[in-house]
Amino acid sequence: MSLPRRVAALGANCVVRHLGCIPYEEALRLQEQLAARRRTGEAPDTLLLLEHPPVITLGRNARREHILASAEELEREGIALFETNRGGDVTFHGPGQVVGYPIVDLSRIRKDVGWYLRTLEEVLIRAIQELGLPAARRAGMTGAWVEESKVAAIGVHISRWITSHGFALNVATDLRSFRHIVPCGISAHPVSSLETLLGTSVDRGRLERSLAEHFGDLFGLRMDWSIPAGRERRSPCPPPM
Amino acid sequence: MPTADVTMPQMGESITEGTVTKWLKKVGERVGKDEPLFEISTDKVDAEIPSPASGTLARILVQEGQTVGVQTLVAQIESSEPVAAAPPEAPPQPNKAPPPKAEESSEEAGQIRSSPLVRRLAKDHHVDLADVEGTGPGGRITKEDLLAYVERGKTAPGAPAAARAPQPSALTTREEVVPMSVIRKKIAERMVLSRHTAAHVTTVFQVDLSNVVALYQRDKARFERQENAKLTYTPFFIRAVIDGLKRFPILNSSVSGENIVYKKDIHIGIAVALEAGLIVPVIPHADEKSFLGLARAVADLAERARTKKLSVSDVEGGTFTITNPGVYGGLFATPIINPPQVGIVGVGGIHKAPVVIDDAIAIRSLVHLALSFDHRLIDGAVADQFMASVRTYLEHWEEDLFA
Repeated sequence: MSLPRRVAALGANCVVRHLGCIPYEEALRLQEQLAARRRTGEAPDTLLLLEHPPVITLGRNARREHILASAEELEREGIALFETNRGGDVTFHGPGQVVGYPIVDLSRIRKDVGWYLRTLEEVLIRAIQELGLPAARRAGMTGAWVEESKVAAIGVHISRWITSHGFALNVATDLRSFRHIVPCGISAHPVSSLETLLGTSVDRGRLERSLAEHFGDLFGLRMDWSIPAGRERRSPCPPPM
Repeated sequence: MPTADVTMPQMGESITEGTVTKWLKKVGERVGKDEPLFEISTDKVDAEIPSPASGTLARILVQEGQTVGVQTLVAQIESSEPVAAAPPEAPPQPNKAPPPKAEESSEEAGQIRSSPLVRRLAKDHHVDLADVEGTGPGGRITKEDLLAYVERGKTAPGAPAAARAPQPSALTTREEVVPMSVIRKKIAERMVLSRHTAAHVTTVFQVDLSNVVALYQRDKARFERQENAKLTYTPFFIRAVIDGLKRFPILNSSVSGENIVYKKDIHIGIAVALEAGLIVPVIPHADEKSFLGLARAVADLAERARTKKLSVSDVEGGTFTITNPGVYGGLFATPIINPPQVGIVGVGGIHKAPVVIDDAIAIRSLVHLALSFDHRLIDGAVADQFMASVRTYLEHWEEDLFA
């Protein structure tokens, strides 16, 4: 027996960072920096978990008509607007969401974007199922669904196989904000949140941990929580008025 | 002029087509190899596609907004002569421990023996190597010879080296001049080379070694009886460092010109102090060895180092080094990186000390680990994450020594 269990089971390392509430722009910059440093090997694979103050973002394929509110209306409600380089259409981020941005090198895992999307979905589905909800995927409509409702959206950017952007899971999101958009361009199905569907509150910390664990299992990465939470965990976003 | 084809890449098994969303270069514009050339999108993914070659973007065949199948020709690049290619300068690789290889020791006309590094330094300082006296093997000009020459040139311009008279001194000191041994000269050369090339930074972590010490004390007698190998603390540290190197592969790399060379194998050098000087024998493929295998390898190398039975191959090819400045009770030291490696961990003395745990004072076995890293490649945050992982590994040791 030449390989002890611990080293034999070792996958690559993936650092988990809980960033709390962080403005969209700031998170975008952080992702760009991490992706650049991942490319040169200076940074390990990283999973950022966070939430954003209210913001509507437009992916590369976004159609302006999928934003239903006028610029003035959005401004009045304190909702920012961003065009980004992720795939997908229009989406809303706000307090009560768990947003996950994996910055990983797919060339070391599996060079297949289809597989990456399906695996991200699976991470979400498993974490949601742990809460007792029958989460599933729907053919042709990327994301995580509970029956007829969409609870998580996915949009990804890949540059030289380094991923950025990722998923947004509605935990306790104020769903009224979605009335301003046609989420991901899908108008026939409603958006929901875990707390709405469960009728109880969800422990955000536990959910983040579960997401990270499933992420590690499914991507074959060893999740590393060694960045002390105290140094990094910031306060959650204030709930909407 | 050769033309390189750019095609719609296959981004995954299930993906059959892609939409060009944006050209990042215009026709006629220069593009470097691997520089982002265009963006595509498929389903929920937006991807930046690097150029397969360097040259001039000659033709765009698929316009923005068009969707085409994978492997469809989307553009052509006329590759130019390698303007952008790096000059064929040899990487500043230090000499290996054995005498210089024949191939690098002779210059064409002047027969001046020197390394590429020395030749480059000479150029930087506008020194004609013919003026420099070499003290290395076979009159080879070492880096120190050159730097000493430059230094003398500053104090006494034009004064040839031999004409330099010793300064008369008021206080006489009795001296004995002993030529450096070959190994001493080699160490001196390597240390200075390291200091001149790597951007050294040292970070120090305190590690609670109590669990490891308890295990060591509990199992030492049984281990040595059963396995017939001496048990030391070194394999514990090697184990923890290997785990860290796997998590942060940049620590197991080297610099070559403008490239980072990731080493896919982990060969750990262990610094052993001998009377003659320091020697760093290497445990090849240390990551493939069990704890017992490491313990045996350490004991074997230390023994052969002391009995001068190491062969040249035993000291070559290390990718990371562990040194042990703590044997005489030093708390920690700031080790010098062993080039072309980019990191070295120094293990301080293991000692008991009071520490605060949950607002109570406890007596724990502590050790200070110092990592010197090359800041050219490695940022402080990564170095500290590496060290934090080494610390975690040691503090939560969970390996069976007999596995």
